[in-house]
Amino acid sequence: MSSTATITDATPPQLGHRLTAARLPRWAPAATAAASIAVGCGIGAAAGLESHVQWGLISALLFLVVSYTLSASVEGRRQARDRFATSLVWVSFVCAVVPLVSLTFYTVQQGIDAISPEFLTHSMKGVVATLSPDGGIYHAIIGTIEQVLLATLIAAPIGLLTAVYLVEYGRGRLASAVTFFVDVMTGVPSVVAGLFILSLWNIALGFEYSGFSGSLALAILMMPVVVRSTEEMLKLVPNELREASYALGVPRWKTILRIVIPTAIGGITTGVMLAVARITGETAPVMMLVFGADFINSDPFNGPQQSLPLYIWQQYSQINNDFGYQRAWGAALVLIAFVMGLNLVARAIARWRSPKGGH
Amino acid sequence: MNLRNGRSKALAIGAVALVSTLSLSACGTDDNTSKTTSGSSTGGSTAAAPAKIACADKGGQLLGAGSTAQAPAIDVWKAAYSAACSSATLTYSGGGSGAGVTQFNQGKVAFAGSDSALKATEVDASKAVCTGGQAIDLPMVGGLVSIVFNIEGVDKLVVDGPTLAKIFDSQITKWNDPAIAALNPGVNLPAADIQAIHRSEDSGTTANLTGYLAKAGGGNWKYPAAKSWAGQGGQSANGSAGVAALVKQTKNSISYVELSYAQTNKLNSAAINTGASKPVEATAANAAATLASAKVVGTGADLALDIDYATKAEGNYPITLVTYEIVCDKGNKADTLPVLKSFLNYTVSDAGQQAIGAVGYVPLPAELAGKVKTQIDALA
Amino acid sequence: MTSAPPADARGRARRSRGDSRRGDNVFFNLSRGSGVLLLVVMAAIAGFLAYRSLLALGKNEGNFLTTFEWTPDATKPVFGIAVLTFGTLVSAFIAMVIAVPIAVGIALFISHYAPRRIAQPFAYLVDLLAAVPSIVYGLWGVLFLVPHMDGLTSWMDQYLGWTYVFDQSSTGVPPRNLFTVGILLAIMVLPIITAVTREVFRQVPRMHEEAALALGATRWEMIRTAVLPFGRPGIISASMLGLGRALGETIAVATVLSTNSVLSLHLLDPGGGTFAQNIALKFSEAQPLGRDALMASGLVLFVITLLVNGAARMIIARRKEYSGAAA
Repeated sequence: MSSTATITDATPPQLGHRLTAARLPRWAPAATAAASIAVGCGIGAAAGLESHVQWGLISALLFLVVSYTLSASVEGRRQARDRFATSLVWVSFVCAVVPLVSLTFYTVQQGIDAISPEFLTHSMKGVVATLSPDGGIYHAIIGTIEQVLLATLIAAPIGLLTAVYLVEYGRGRLASAVTFFVDVMTGVPSVVAGLFILSLWNIALGFEYSGFSGSLALAILMMPVVVRSTEEMLKLVPNELREASYALGVPRWKTILRIVIPTAIGGITTGVMLAVARITGETAPVMMLVFGADFINSDPFNGPQQSLPLYIWQQYSQINNDFGYQRAWGAALVLIAFVMGLNLVARAIARWRSPKGGH
Repeated sequence: MNLRNGRSKALAIGAVALVSTLSLSACGTDDNTSKTTSGSSTGGSTAAAPAKIACADKGGQLLGAGSTAQAPAIDVWKAAYSAACSSATLTYSGGGSGAGVTQFNQGKVAFAGSDSALKATEVDASKAVCTGGQAIDLPMVGGLVSIVFNIEGVDKLVVDGPTLAKIFDSQITKWNDPAIAALNPGVNLPAADIQAIHRSEDSGTTANLTGYLAKAGGGNWKYPAAKSWAGQGGQSANGSAGVAALVKQTKNSISYVELSYAQTNKLNSAAINTGASKPVEATAANAAATLASAKVVGTGADLALDIDYATKAEGNYPITLVTYEIVCDKGNKADTLPVLKSFLNYTVSDAGQQAIGAVGYVPLPAELAGKVKTQIDALA
Repeated sequence: MTSAPPADARGRARRSRGDSRRGDNVFFNLSRGSGVLLLVVMAAIAGFLAYRSLLALGKNEGNFLTTFEWTPDATKPVFGIAVLTFGTLVSAFIAMVIAVPIAVGIALFISHYAPRRIAQPFAYLVDLLAAVPSIVYGLWGVLFLVPHMDGLTSWMDQYLGWTYVFDQSSTGVPPRNLFTVGILLAIMVLPIITAVTREVFRQVPRMHEEAALALGATRWEMIRTAVLPFGRPGIISASMLGLGRALGETIAVATVLSTNSVLSLHLLDPGGGTFAQNIALKFSEAQPLGRDALMASGLVLFVITLLVNGAARMIIARRKEYSGAAA
C-alpha cells in the first residue's frame, strides 16, 4: 500500500526522491483534529454562538479543509484525497456518535432511578398511577415478550422463505408481484396494520382482544423488513458457492439450507433483529388490539394484555406527573435493554452457526 | 483468536444479563397492597376505603374504551373497585372518544368514555349492538378547561370571551394590546408577541374551548365548535402533556389545558371576566357551580347535558365540561351487565366522585348524580 | 457377490435422487407458498385501504389533491393532502440527505477504517439505537434536540435566509419545524441504514480489495473502486428501508412538530404535517367518515412509497452484474 520501496545505494538520488514521497507524520491527523476543535470552539466562543452544535460544525469543516490542504501540499493529490476520505469517515462517525450517545445517556439518566426489583416484579393492579409511585412493569414485560415472540414466529419464517423464493427461485410474474407488495408494505403506517387486523380478526371473524391479535398486526409490520433485508443478504452470496455445491451433486434445497443461508446468516440475523426492534417499540397497533391491562395475564390468546411501549405511552400521556414520567422512562430503559439482550443472543447464535473464516 | 474470545465473552455477559433479568422477574406479582407506600403519598395503592362498594354477585371481565381525558379518573375508580371486588377485572383503554364509541358500536367493549354526547347517527348505529335498546349518555366525570399562560413577571391575568377569541385567532398579537390592558388595570404587560398554543390532535378539550369561544366570543370566533383546531396561526403540541410542557418552555405563551395539568405543571391560570361582578377563577368549586346549573337535553334515558358557556352567574366558571360513560339502556351483554352496573354505581356514588376530586376533576352535583344513579339502576 | 454393491449403490443413488427431488419440491413449494401468503396479506391490506378510501373520496367536497384543510367530520366535509404530501416528502428528503452519507460513512468506518476495538462496541451501539422506541426519540427530540436547534436555526436564518427556504419569518418560537423533524428522522433511520450497509460491506470479496491495493491504490481508491460499486445496490436497499421508516414515522413526528394546515416553503417556521402524524393525531377522535378519509391518506402514502421504491429497484436492476445470485 504505502511506498516503502527499498532503494539501493546505486540509485540516483533524484529517483529515490520520487519513490519515497514525503509523508505527514503519524500524529498529523490527531493534531489537525485537536487544532480544528480548538479553533472551532474559539471561533464559536468569540462570535458568541450559543449553540454547541455550531461549534462542532465549524470544527468539523475546519478539520476537513485543513487535513486536505495540508496533505495536498505535502503528500500530493492522491494521498490528500485518501486523507480527506478518512477524515470524512471519522467526521461522520463523530456526527453519529454525538446524538446517539446523547440519546442513550439521556434515557439512562432519566430511567435508571425507576428501576428496582419491585418495579420489575409488580404489575399495576390496584395502583392509582397518578397518586402513587408504586407498581411496576412485570405485566408489560410478559406481554411484550409473548407478543414479540409470537409475531417473530409468524413473520420470520414466512419472511425468510419469501426472500429465499425471490432470490433463489423467483422469476416471472408472481415474483415481481411479491416484490411489488413487499416494497409497498415497508411504508405502511403502523396504525393501518392495526386497523386491518381489527377489522378482519376482531370484527369480521369475531375474536376477542388479546395479545395474539396484537402479534398479528406486528407480524404484518415485521414481514416486509425481514424480506427486504434477507433478500439483500442472500443476493450477496457468491454464485461460485452455489455452483460448487451443485457440482458436488448436492440438491438445490440442501444447497440453500446448508450453503447459502449459513453464509448469509450474519446479515439475516441483523435484518430479523432490525425488524424485531422495530415492532417491539410499536404503540399504535398494540393499543387497539392488546388493550392494555393493568394486571398480569400470561395467556396471549385470551383477554387483554399489556405491552411495554403502550405502558410508556400511557404513563407519559395520561399520568402527566413525576410518577408517570419516572415509570415511562424506566420502562423505556427496560425495553431498550430487552431488545439489546435479544440482539446479543441472536448474534451469538448466528456466530455459532455461521461458517468460520472470511472476515 | 484473542479478539473472538473477547467478543464471545461479551456475548456471554449479555446472555447472562438477559437470562438473569428474566429469571429475576419470573416471580412477578399482581399484589401491590402489601407494599409500604413511601411516606408522603397519602393516596397510595389502597386509595379508597373498599367498604362501601357493592360488588356484583358474579365477577368477570369488563372492558371499556374511549376518552383519554377521563382515563386518570377511571384509573382511580378501577383501583378502588378491584380492591373491593376481586372477582371482577376491569380494563380501560384510553384511545380517544371517537375510537371508544366506534368500538362500543362494534360490540367490542361494555362501555365507552366520551368527551361529547352521542350524535344521532351514532345512536342509530348502536341499535345493532343494544338489542331492543340504544346507547345513552351518562354524565360521570366533570372537569374544567383552564386558560394557562407564561408571561414573565405576570402571575394574574384576566381575559374575557371576545379577547380570548381574538388571541387564539391571531387578531390580537401583542400582550400589551389595549383590549387586554383594559381587562388588567395595573398589570405591567410586556410589548411581546403572543405565542398562542393549541392542541395538534383532535380533542374534546379543544371542542370545549371552541364551544366557549363560539358562544361567548362575541362573534370574534368565526368557526364552529369542533374537536379539531380551526383558528389562524399559533403553534401546536400533542396532548395536554405536550401543551403544558410547551407553555412552560415558551415565554409569552397562552394555551388551554384541563385543571389537573395546570396544577401538576404549576402553570398560572387566567381568571375569566364573564360579565359577573368580578372575574371568575378557574377552580373546581366554580366549575361545580356551572355544572349544577346545566340543563339535561338528552331525551328518555339519555342524560346529555347542555352547559351554558355564556353564563354570567356569580362564581360560575364558563369553560366547564362533563364527560360521559356510554352504555346501552337495554340490551347490554348479559355476562357483563352485573359488573357494569355495580361499577357505575360506585363511580357515581359520593365516595367515587370525591375520590376523583383529588386528581383534578370536578365532582358531579348531587342532584345530577341522583339522576344518573336512577338510570344506572334501570340498565338492562 | 461382486454385482451386489453396485446395484445397492445405484439404488441408493436413485433413492437419494428421488429424495432430493422430493426435497426440492417441498422446499420450493414451501418458499413459494410463503411468497403467495405474503402477497395475499399485502393485497388484502391494499384492498382494504382502497375500499375505505373510495368511501371517503365520494363524500369529499374539496379537491383531495390540492386542499390544505383536513376537516372530514365537519358538516361540509373537506379534506386534502397537499400539506401532508409536502411535509412528508420534505422531512423524509432532509432525513435521507443527512442520513445516507453519514450512514455509509459509519458503515465504512466500522468495516474498513476503525480499529476493531472501537468498531465492535460502536456497531453494537448503533444496533442498540435501532431498538429505541419512537416515543423515546420523540421525547428526546422535544426535550433535548429542539432547544439545541435554536441557535442553529437562527444562524441559518441569518446566513442562509436569502435562499427563502431557510428564512425564518417568526422569531422567539421554538424550532419545532420540518427541518428539525428531518434531522430527528435522520437520527432515527441512521441505525437502520448503517446496520444493513455494514453487513453488505462485510461481504465485499477480499480478492477485490486486495487486487485494488496490490495495484497501488490508496485506501480511498480501493473503497471507491471495489467496495462502493459492490455495495451500491445494498446501500440503496438499506436506504429504502430507512426511507420507509422516515415516511411512516408517527409518534416522534407528532411529538416534535408543531402542526398546522398551511403549506409554507419556510422550512424553519413551525408548521406543516406528515401523513403518518396526521393519521395518528386525527384518528382517535375521528368519526366514520374521518376514519375513511385517513385511510385514503394512508393509501397515498402507499403510492409514494411504491414510486420511490420502484425508482430504487430500477437503479439496482441496472447494476445487476454485481449481484451474486441468479435472480
